[in-house]
Amino acid sequence: MASDHATDMTSDHAVDIDKHVRVYITVFVALMVLTIVTVAVSRYHFPVPVAVTVALIVATIKGSLVACYFMHLISEKKLIYAVLALTVAFFAVLLALPVLTYSDGYWIR
Amino acid sequence: MSEQAIGAPKPHVTHEAHHEELGFWRKYVFSTDHKVIGIQYAVTGLLFLLFGFCLMMLMRWQLAYPGVPLPLIGGLLGEARMPGGTMLPEFYNELGAMHGTIMVFLGVVPLAVGGFGNFVLPLQIGAPDMAFPKINMVSYWCLFLGGITMLGSFFVPGGAAQSGWTSYTPLAVIAGTGQTWWLIGMIFLITSSLLGALNFITTTIQLRAKGLTFMRFPFFCWAQFVTAFLLLLAFPPLEAAGVMQLMDRVAGTSFFLPSGLVVSGQPLTNAGGGNTLLWQHLFWFLAHPEVYVLILPGMGIVAEIIANNTRKPLWGYRSMVYSLVFLGFMSFIVWAHHMFMTGMGTAMAAFFQTTTMIISIPSVVILTALIISLWGGSIRFNTPMLFAVAFLPMFGIGGLTGLPLGLNIADIPLHDTYYVIAHFHYVVAPGTIFALMAGIYYWYPKATGRRMNETLGKIHFWGSFVCMNVVFMPMFIIGLAGVSRRLFDAGTAYTFAQPTMHWNEVSSWGAWTLALFQLPFIFNFFWSIRKGETVGENPWQATTIEWSAPSPPPHGNFVHAPQAYRGPYEYSVPGAGKDFVPQYEA
Amino acid sequence: MDIPYTVEVRRDTGLTNGKIGIWLFLASEVMLFGALFASYILIRVGAPSWPRGDTILDVPLATFNTIVLISSSVTMVMAWASLMRRRFGTFRIYMGGTVLLGLVFLVVKYFEYGHHLELGEYPSTNNFLAIYYTLTGLHMLHVFGGMVVNAYFWGPGAKLWKTNPVWFTNRVEHSGLFWHFVDLVWIFLFPTLYLL
Repeated sequence: MASDHATDMTSDHAVDIDKHVRVYITVFVALMVLTIVTVAVSRYHFPVPVAVTVALIVATIKGSLVACYFMHLISEKKLIYAVLALTVAFFAVLLALPVLTYSDGYWIR
Repeated sequence: MSEQAIGAPKPHVTHEAHHEELGFWRKYVFSTDHKVIGIQYAVTGLLFLLFGFCLMMLMRWQLAYPGVPLPLIGGLLGEARMPGGTMLPEFYNELGAMHGTIMVFLGVVPLAVGGFGNFVLPLQIGAPDMAFPKINMVSYWCLFLGGITMLGSFFVPGGAAQSGWTSYTPLAVIAGTGQTWWLIGMIFLITSSLLGALNFITTTIQLRAKGLTFMRFPFFCWAQFVTAFLLLLAFPPLEAAGVMQLMDRVAGTSFFLPSGLVVSGQPLTNAGGGNTLLWQHLFWFLAHPEVYVLILPGMGIVAEIIANNTRKPLWGYRSMVYSLVFLGFMSFIVWAHHMFMTGMGTAMAAFFQTTTMIISIPSVVILTALIISLWGGSIRFNTPMLFAVAFLPMFGIGGLTGLPLGLNIADIPLHDTYYVIAHFHYVVAPGTIFALMAGIYYWYPKATGRRMNETLGKIHFWGSFVCMNVVFMPMFIIGLAGVSRRLFDAGTAYTFAQPTMHWNEVSSWGAWTLALFQLPFIFNFFWSIRKGETVGENPWQATTIEWSAPSPPPHGNFVHAPQAYRGPYEYSVPGAGKDFVPQYEA
Repeated sequence: MDIPYTVEVRRDTGLTNGKIGIWLFLASEVMLFGALFASYILIRVGAPSWPRGDTILDVPLATFNTIVLISSSVTMVMAWASLMRRRFGTFRIYMGGTVLLGLVFLVVKYFEYGHHLELGEYPSTNNFLAIYYTLTGLHMLHVFGGMVVNAYFWGPGAKLWKTNPVWFTNRVEHSGLFWHFVDLVWIFLFPTLYLL
């Protein structure tokens, strides 16, 4: 039975899938809760920097749950981690540098 | 040209008896074989290079003789563009924008990456094909559609894009219909590159032969591998920017339109509030890594040819590989050196200046290693080697002249002058294009089973080498005198430019003569298909795996899956029977 | 001619070609949406004023859509898990559910856009709306694309289960990765546009 599961997961038998399914349900519940939380917090209309920070933290947790458990990133191979690390680095550069350049001010008005 | 003779999959020697013979369309047009696709890319690239060159030759008439009617051809281009045979400024701008766009995105990249990468890479790593053959085919046809769109844009009312290959906003937003076509064309081209990039990366990692570790890769493979990452991660922001510019043009948004813009005395009705520099950030985020996409495959080709024709291993292979990877990484954090003149503050200018200076180091390491590789070699000066060796000083000039541009203070007088044009043309024209020519002469026997003619090759080389320098060297002079690029009258309206204006004529005659010297190449390319000297598997006595396949290779490439037993450049090994020990020989 | 490692993993990387391919594609999508987020940041920072999301957009509707999309992610991964357990029937149900939930998402967006357009809130009205339409529009195209692929695997593509179940399972997994990514983008899009 196990030998014809020549798939990407290194040691997946039907038993492991059951464990995975339990994780999926847990993550689903967590995601629902966090969605309610993020909407509820937004109702307080905190000042923008605070609101952004909280929203980003919640979104990052939710996103990490989806990535780690639904996308199985938590048990992926090193190569995939390497590609994603590189991508995240450049993503951060893309997000930060233009606005930093803007904030550094312009000597031409 | 008959595709049947070039790289035509011979009746396959592999073991699958159930594989049915494909019809003409599936075999030569909608093929999933990387060799056919590679040739499709290469031929498309070469045709666009020629077309882009023709656009420039038209411009060079205007630059040499501003306002003078162009004999013969001038009348053919219609009153809308060249009334009485004299070029309108709008048409000059069209030619300029499309020359740049076509050369970069439809000429060099399809040839260097799509052509050489597709044809050579699987063979060089001992693979039967790319990891995703169908996606490979789709990527070519996306390029084709992009090319058709770009060509078609010449025929829309108002003509093709006219806002430079850089399509800076807000000018590009208010420009005519051709710009919309440019944006759509770019989306096709970007899609093609993205699909190709993920194919190359997956193939290189997964389909390499047994024993072919990364540090045993030919440098060409490393170059294509890093290039693929640049394409994969740098192109999407331009795609996003293209969508936003389309929205600005078609849906009336103001992503790139500042408030209070007045065009021809009329205030624009757009909401405004946009950031016009946002376009530049997103454009250059791609376009800087893009210039490394333009050069890296060329470096890879030159490395292969130098090792082969010096009968010596490459000097400093490891340093070259580390430099290549470091260069690829750094290329993502230097882009705003194209934006020094946007008035950015000193902190960010210092940051980008610093990263730009740092990125010159790996380039120098690679170039130096290649030069040192010549030392003590038994050099064979065949045509590929001539082009490959000429690449070295030409790229040297191009690279070194880039340094002042990367320093924000020095960039102030040089930005957007002919100095910049000279700098980047040295790197791409006698740089990359020479490397690509070298590659064509080198791998032509593998693709066709025949050599190209050496005499014609040498005429092509020497003529091109001299003419390239005649065209571009004077531009440093004009640029240092302060003459801006993209000027319809070449700068003749400015008094300060007068002492250098005669150089325009020199460059133009250099360009037209350069065109003449391509004729032996074009003739040779087609003539040799039928009449070239036939060759076996390894006419250059080379060491890398592609030379173990038949010339041309059949569908599936290898009769038995090859294996790598050693490094890629075991030339002149002491004690060996011949002056090379192939990587694939047990 | 067979391309190796389409179905079985390569020993030193532990991966199939398709797995690497889809993650590479997702990496490029991170950069695509990243550019739009970077644009949002730059435009918002440079704007003299910026409306709070809930003053223009319908938060309850979007919250519903968020729940719909997250649920569709669960059904997607359950569809794959069903294939791993060799339960094709269950796969059909979960995959069908994923496609349906995707459709619900799209229908909601259709009404959402329709409402804004009725009120005269076009992309050209101001930059908030411009970036809103562009970000959610591009996201919507990805939802649609993912749905088409998922519908293919639910329907005509399911034939592959009979001839090569492992390959089919892998392809569903890769499609799932794309779908989860689309969900992931929404997880960041939703608070950014609607709540801040």
